[in-house]
Amino acid sequence: MTLNNCYHCGIDCGRTPIEFNDKYFCCNGCKTVYEILNVNELTCYYDLETSPGTIPKDIKGKYNYLDNKDIIEKLLEFNDTETSVVEFYIPSIHCSSCIWVLENLSKLNEGVTTSMVNFPKKLLRITFKNKRTNLKELVELITSIGYEPYISLEDADSKNKNVDKTLIYQVSIAAFAFGNIMLLSFPEYFEVDEFWLEKYKHLFRLLMFTMAIPVVFYSAKDYFISAYKGLRHKLLNIDVPIALGISVLFIRSTIEILLDIGSGFFDSLAGLIFFLLLGKFFQQKTYNFLSFERDYKSYFPIAVTLILNNKETSVQVKDIKKGDRLLIRNEELIPVDGILINGNAAIDYSFVTGESIPVMKQSGDKLFAGGKQTSGAIEMEVISSISQSYLTQLWSNDIFNKSEDFTIKNITDRISKYFTVAILLIAMFAGVFWYFYNASMAFNVVTAVLIIACPCALALSAPFAFGNILRIFGYKKFYLKNAETIENISKVDTIIFDKTGTITSNNKTNIDYKGTELTNEEKTGLKSVLRASNHPLSRSLYELINEDAIAEKPSEFKEILGKGIVATINDMNFKLGSSSFVEAKTINANETSIYIKINDEYKGFYIFKNSYREGLKEVFNKLSKHYKLIILSGDNEGEQPYLEKLLPANIQYQFNQKPENKLEFIKNLQEKGERVMMIGDGLNDAGALAQSNVGISISEDVNVFSPACDAILDAKLFNKLPKFLTLSNKTIKIIKASFVLSLCYNVIGMYFALNGLLTPVVAAILMPLSSISIVVFVTILTNWVSKKI
Amino acid sequence: MEVVYITIGVSIVVAVFFFIIFIKSVKSGQYEDMYTPSIRMLFDDELVTTKEKDKKEKSTK
Repeated sequence: MTLNNCYHCGIDCGRTPIEFNDKYFCCNGCKTVYEILNVNELTCYYDLETSPGTIPKDIKGKYNYLDNKDIIEKLLEFNDTETSVVEFYIPSIHCSSCIWVLENLSKLNEGVTTSMVNFPKKLLRITFKNKRTNLKELVELITSIGYEPYISLEDADSKNKNVDKTLIYQVSIAAFAFGNIMLLSFPEYFEVDEFWLEKYKHLFRLLMFTMAIPVVFYSAKDYFISAYKGLRHKLLNIDVPIALGISVLFIRSTIEILLDIGSGFFDSLAGLIFFLLLGKFFQQKTYNFLSFERDYKSYFPIAVTLILNNKETSVQVKDIKKGDRLLIRNEELIPVDGILINGNAAIDYSFVTGESIPVMKQSGDKLFAGGKQTSGAIEMEVISSISQSYLTQLWSNDIFNKSEDFTIKNITDRISKYFTVAILLIAMFAGVFWYFYNASMAFNVVTAVLIIACPCALALSAPFAFGNILRIFGYKKFYLKNAETIENISKVDTIIFDKTGTITSNNKTNIDYKGTELTNEEKTGLKSVLRASNHPLSRSLYELINEDAIAEKPSEFKEILGKGIVATINDMNFKLGSSSFVEAKTINANETSIYIKINDEYKGFYIFKNSYREGLKEVFNKLSKHYKLIILSGDNEGEQPYLEKLLPANIQYQFNQKPENKLEFIKNLQEKGERVMMIGDGLNDAGALAQSNVGISISEDVNVFSPACDAILDAKLFNKLPKFLTLSNKTIKIIKASFVLSLCYNVIGMYFALNGLLTPVVAAILMPLSSISIVVFVTILTNWVSKKI
Repeated sequence: MEVVYITIGVSIVVAVFFFIIFIKSVKSGQYEDMYTPSIRMLFDDELVTTKEKDKKEKSTK
């Protein structure tokens, strides 16, 4: 651990670290956490991992709404007169130290009985005595040690979403029956006439039959349901031949044991269903800790502070009415559109647009929902209800309410259409042929054809290939909602990029200086002045200037809201701010700039430019060879000349696009037959992401903010996008190859079936062999192609 | 050889017993978090030492 890194959070402390107990801290927040833990003998926290902490946020008053009884009632999972249970989602849980300190909460607060962390899901469940402590105290406590819980409207609306475990039960029943039936059927594989075997075979067959019943009627029921639904919509999906094969297997086996003809195919039946369900189980892998279906509700606070007759009360957001007066504190989100009444408003619209530089507003200005206040408290008057705000209106668009229609969506179902017709024809011709040739064999042959044609291997290849690729993508921090997304990616021909926050990065801002070069002395003075200002632009500029600030404070300092700063230091008179304030000529109105005047002499200005993501040029160069690229931005066209210079020539640009415009734009392209991938980040892209065939959301922190989408890509991996796309295309090719292979198995099986040679032992060998080899084939190939990422 | 009926009967009872236990454990959520308990297990030592410290301090007081 180097001296300059914060003992708590590991961030570089800068030039003025805070020293405490021989340890260095980057800020007072981190120091406070250390103090809290130190007093309570929880410093073990720092032994488990180096610098495990996160900087605590200033939350004064933010959680006042947790005094509201209705809200408490909604958040608590269990509540009686003595104890209460609550579960929080805490995005900042990231290491074993986090688990340790959070599970020792009872040392920090007497009222806590137990606290338990679910690390993969980043959940903390606290059981507490509600007479000794309350929800607000707990939230403030965990926030004060750097683990701010994420409480949203969505939590309040829907609690206790139970995970569907049906598939697990189905798989385990099938596995149980498969193993036991295999053992019981083994003696009869060899068709020997042996005394004891003859004596017990009826018992064995009865047991096999009994165990097959739950497998067919419980484990495999989804295949029957899906096949029935498909047929009703006149679609031959892959479940039709599967359901047909299962029922034929079951019926023929039952007839065989009833009439004492043979032992039946119960082992193959159970094996088939077990493998199919295993494939389904594998494909069902989802990233539980990510949500792909977030709408504005998960971003917005649960409650806001309402000012009524000069008194502050907490109300739930949905109860806000037009004309209400709201108090928005520092770092709070504006939940509805309104008009600023008073206060120093610097609104960060990065959730909405991706643009992180705050916009200054003056009283009387309109504020839009979704912005985050960044400097002090403001008061605003509401002009529309939450669902009618500029941003939230987007969610009333039909695209967010469309129900899933029943169509052939995936690659397996498309091929099964031909497959089903083919096997039905073969079965029919074979039946007719054997009816005339040897009528007693006709039933045998027809059922054998339907059994062997049951497309187990075919149905398995896609789930295993997709499941494996999904896992690999997740490992590389590209999270896909489901397997269909991979298929959709492979069909895309147009890629649309949002600009701010997507191809530009949020954190690093490029600052350029234009004008007369400043002397070192002037720079030092400037930095010292900036130090006194809390404005975000001042802070960015402060970080940029390399000179050391002097300890002396400005002898005169005045910050005029929304305009600039006047200050005097070391006999130098500074005037910084907007062009009108400094009385300088506006050079480029489209860009954010700070103009500087020293001793009444105009010096120049700093421009704040968006910095583009690393590897942007390469990404566009690679992608432009295969795809049509479009940049669709809500910003003005100020950056277009620069982008045109940087990026390949054949890119379309669309600027000044409102959220609805983006959605419409994509709809128009789709009507022209194009398959569109949208890559965006902010809530203003939510409509476009939902409308597009594949919506990928770029996220700086995958755990926290991303609008509804099909895939989430870690922003740091933007430059790997072309590789991810190629890999998706290759996966589809692998699946197609595995289809050919599984068809070969079907041809071999068909040979046995058509000649009337399909015995239980042949089926018992052929079925698992084909299934397992297909699974091995796709797994090895997908691993091999993804090695190159 | 009538003992086969008993052996098979017993083996199936045992198998079904374990199967029911498995289903129960899935239902109770035992398999929902497969990661945290593995870490939590390692913490028990730290917990004990801090508690002992508490005791020692109290006893010295």
